[in-house]
Amino acid sequence: MSKVDTLTLAGASPQYLAWLARERRGQRVVRGTQLAILLVFLVLWEVLPKALIVNPVLTSYPSALWPTFLELLKSTPQQASILVHTWATVLATVLGFTGAMVLGTAVAAALWWWNALYKVLDPYLVVANAMPKTAFVPIFYIWLGATLSIYGMSLAISVFITILMIYSGFQGIDPNKIKLAQTFGATKGQILRKVVLPGSVPTLLAALKVNAGLSLVGVVVGEFQSANLGLGYLIQYGAQIFKMNIVMTGITILAIVSSLMYLAISWLETAVMRRR
Amino acid sequence: MAAPAASPKVELRNVNLRYFGIEGETEALKDVSISIAPGEFVAIIGQSGCGKSTLLSLISGILLPTGGAVLVDGKPVTGPNRKVGYMLQQDYLFEWRTILENAVLGAEIQGADMAKASARATALLTRYGLGQFLHHLPRQLSGGMRQRVALARTLCTEPDIVLLDEPFAALDSQTRLALSDEVAVILRRERKTAILVTHDIGEAVSMAERVIVLSRRPGRVKSDHAIRFAAAARPTPLAARNAPEFNDYFNTLWQELEVHVEG
Repeated sequence: MSKVDTLTLAGASPQYLAWLARERRGQRVVRGTQLAILLVFLVLWEVLPKALIVNPVLTSYPSALWPTFLELLKSTPQQASILVHTWATVLATVLGFTGAMVLGTAVAAALWWWNALYKVLDPYLVVANAMPKTAFVPIFYIWLGATLSIYGMSLAISVFITILMIYSGFQGIDPNKIKLAQTFGATKGQILRKVVLPGSVPTLLAALKVNAGLSLVGVVVGEFQSANLGLGYLIQYGAQIFKMNIVMTGITILAIVSSLMYLAISWLETAVMRRR
Repeated sequence: MAAPAASPKVELRNVNLRYFGIEGETEALKDVSISIAPGEFVAIIGQSGCGKSTLLSLISGILLPTGGAVLVDGKPVTGPNRKVGYMLQQDYLFEWRTILENAVLGAEIQGADMAKASARATALLTRYGLGQFLHHLPRQLSGGMRQRVALARTLCTEPDIVLLDEPFAALDSQTRLALSDEVAVILRRERKTAILVTHDIGEAVSMAERVIVLSRRPGRVKSDHAIRFAAAARPTPLAARNAPEFNDYFNTLWQELEVHVEG
């Protein structure tokens, strides 16, 4: 009588096992293809410059990355190890998207609480979100100085979209769930804490996915302008002295950092959504 | 016509309700007066949009009348009241809470003793055959089971009055019959005053001892019928459907509603 029964594995039929095997084969094909694309990309990147089909000065090669990385471990411009540069970038990114989540949720809650506030601010938020925040990089540098301007850019680039996403998540809560809480005499604060916020967890996760990536963009762009530390700085420096090895190593580490962030958020999502 | 008892549990006195919108105002209820005795099971029927659900929102206090007065136990309703439990058209279980956590939601909001509320909710859920699902999530349950959880959630706060807003509308017809039977028996046994809103005449006649017909918008009390069966004890809703009186009441009410379709 219950749906619970369908969730348990009953005695598996041969047809089911065959279907399962096909599903798993399909998954392996997808993984294999993903890996093959990466390999082909790396091989082309290695072979084309070596064969002088493209100019190696412009592209460097994958095989040059590891030696460059080892070299940069010892000393880099500003004398810091590349790990210090990476840490500076990661820290600024984490601060940026954490700030954006906290501030975004708080502002979205305020907009939900005072509908008039939302009505007033709506056009400003939409325009602020559409503004290219990177235009403010030089101004932030002047206003906030070398380090704070990077945190500021990291926050500024992700906070508006976070507010808009979370607010629209709040608006998407089934009004009947709110009505239900009201029939028990729930106060507005209780509705926020017991219905709106927990009901918006999927939205919060979606917002986190978006703004983690955006914060990284903000940090790197900020570092281009103002820093003497960070991967953005390293990339900018490498480009100025025309050392593509440094540039490509920096970019590769950025790619690894964003992959790790993606994995961490996916893991968080699985952990949280298991209860739903 | 059923005569209201001396001290009504729920009373509506010349209630008016208008909804306001930018494009104009809508008169949902006009001059509605209803008196419901303690322990009475009343059904309110009418076509969709006649203000049936609005009536329940007024009694529950989440909506206040624009004219007239709503009284529970002789006191005017000014906001949500702990004596009133409300079952909505769907279960609206929170998917992030377990069955037990859902069932104690009302107690939690009202700041009740959670240990007691948990024990009561567990007892209710067990009685409704959900004892082994206390720590399951709503999505793991069927529609009928979910609606029983909603009933436990409503009764967990121990209301005297239970408002039912087409609580079986979203269920398939077999589950609907079985569950309406269960719910009617439970509410009678616990001597709750119950007000059921429905557009299903059969459901109204089989479950309630009094059926009030509302006219089309603006909703007014069109007629008020006492439902009596010859049998010594009030038959359960399923048995009532087979009683000889059932069809007579059904036809009478059907004609009442049909009048509105024409005019």
